[in-house]
Amino acid sequence: MKMSEIASLLGARVLCCEELIEHEVHSACGSDMMSDVLAFVKDQAVLLTGLVNPQVIRTAEMMDMRCIVFVRNKIPSEEMIALAADAGIVVLASPMRMFEACGRLYNGGLKPQEVE
Amino acid sequence: MDNAAPLEFHFNVDGKDFTSAGEASVEVKKILRRIGLDSEAIRRVSIAMYEAEINMVIHAGGGEADVSVSPDKITLVMTDHGPGIADIELAMREGYSTAPDNIRSLGFGAGMGLPNIKRYTDELKIESEVGKGTKITMSVNI
Ligand SMILES: Nc1ncnc2c1ncn2[C@@H]1O[C@H](COP(=O)(O)OP(=O)(O)OP(=O)(O)O)[C@@H](O)[C@H]1O
Ligand SMILES: [Mg+2]
Repeated sequence: MKMSEIASLLGARVLCCEELIEHEVHSACGSDMMSDVLAFVKDQAVLLTGLVNPQVIRTAEMMDMRCIVFVRNKIPSEEMIALAADAGIVVLASPMRMFEACGRLYNGGLKPQEVE
Repeated sequence: MDNAAPLEFHFNVDGKDFTSAGEASVEVKKILRRIGLDSEAIRRVSIAMYEAEINMVIHAGGGEADVSVSPDKITLVMTDHGPGIADIELAMREGYSTAPDNIRSLGFGAGMGLPNIKRYTDELKIESEVGKGTKITMSVNI
């Protein structure tokens, strides 16, 4: 699925790295616990989260993720957006709650991340 | 890089400001990319260092990170002067955490960091003394 399709399925605004939005991604995960993302996620490309702090961006960067979706209208700070832009991570902001956002992407064909 | 002396990098990790936690790991990832190392090795180093850096900030009030890149492996040494770990075997267990609730609301404190470091590194040594601090040495083979 293209990241642009993710944005339209989730009614999301693109907050950075719009130039990468036509790239394909295949898997996603949803979590507010960065500990769990670091420990259980593998080869996923998209992180959906309701947590807003710079560690969300750094966690995604360490894991080589390509896209972060902030759910529930959470808007990251300028500082966070700058970090994501520097890392080449597409940041989206959706008004949907976690359950619905994940459900729409799952229906749309994104796979769950592989769990070790 | 054959025959070359190891490349060494040093970072201070600020323990007062949680928002900056992870900056050293981000920097190291950039350096390793510039050197042109294998991306899977970079990912393993990044995750291990990030876990240790976050630990240093949330459990030990900051510290120092030394990174050394030699032709066959990347070595990370993370040193702090925090409270130390009384029972290392217990701390290594999945799910064991002494992190307070405010850390959990920041997305950490599941007790998964040390086991995760173990999983992503080829060597891990934890030396700790209560009241003195903790030194974590880890390496990833290239
Ligand atoms: N540098 C350190 N100094 C003192 N105690 C530490 C240090 N690193 C880890 N610990 C202790 O070991 C425990 C387990 O660490 P671990 O990284 O596995 O989990 P956590 O940091 O509590 O949660 P998570 O890593 O999942 O966010 C910590 O809760 C803490 O009690
Ligand atoms: Mg930890």
